[in-house]
Amino acid sequence: MLVALTVAVSVAALALAAWCGFAAYRDQPTKDWHFIGMAVVSALALIQVVVGIVLVGRGERASDGSVLFFSYLLGALLAVPAAGFLSLTERTRWGSVTVSAGAVVLAVLEVRLHDIWGG
Amino acid sequence: METRTKLVKGPGLLLVWLYGVMTVGAVSRSIYQIATEYHRAPLAYLLSAVAAVVYVFITYTLVRGGEAARKVALVCCGAELVGVLTVGAWTLADSSAFADSTVWSAFGMEYLFIPVFLPVTGILWLRRPRVAESPRTGGDSALAS
Repeated sequence: MLVALTVAVSVAALALAAWCGFAAYRDQPTKDWHFIGMAVVSALALIQVVVGIVLVGRGERASDGSVLFFSYLLGALLAVPAAGFLSLTERTRWGSVTVSAGAVVLAVLEVRLHDIWGG
Repeated sequence: METRTKLVKGPGLLLVWLYGVMTVGAVSRSIYQIATEYHRAPLAYLLSAVAAVVYVFITYTLVRGGEAARKVALVCCGAELVGVLTVGAWTLADSSAFADSTVWSAFGMEYLFIPVFLPVTGILWLRRPRVAESPRTGGDSALAS
């Protein structure tokens, strides 16, 4: 369950990174549609946090420990929204680049999450 | 506040974002490792903590903005670059130098080499003064925007 979600979040994050990267390439700031995309990716990350809590609550354990697991889950949840808020203050292509970088950070966090959970 | 030159604009925003990410990463990593397994690799974890402090400081100066902050951040980026290169070369030359990896091990490979690119980008971004020809007039805010 968690593995499937991790893959889903990673793919969505990379798609968002490509999309916002394309906006930056076309010299455009982030627009409403991009924010909807960020909301979708963040919702997936939120589902992941909930599933993580449920799994640990049912007695399963991350191989690298719960503290590390939940701090990465929290980081994954905040990465894209934080970049999104920053892009609101910078209405140029550089806002889009920042969101793109935030999505890449999320994808990297997902890879680490996979290691932390599975070993 | 108005007289400070904004450093967080255009490419500066991306820079601040990446420094922010590295700050969160290095700080939480140091706290976790020093709190739970400090005895295992004291030097490595202290080095990560030093890296964390540098990242916090650079992020703060970038967000604060202004000419003085720009100069301080420039010096810190230089120190950061020296740190990354020293620790990176050290870990490559002698892989047993540290009992565990640090943020700057192998030039920051665990962090997609961001630690080695970030100070270089930072120095390029911060090198140019953001003030008018007469630096003491204090009227540089109009030129900054």
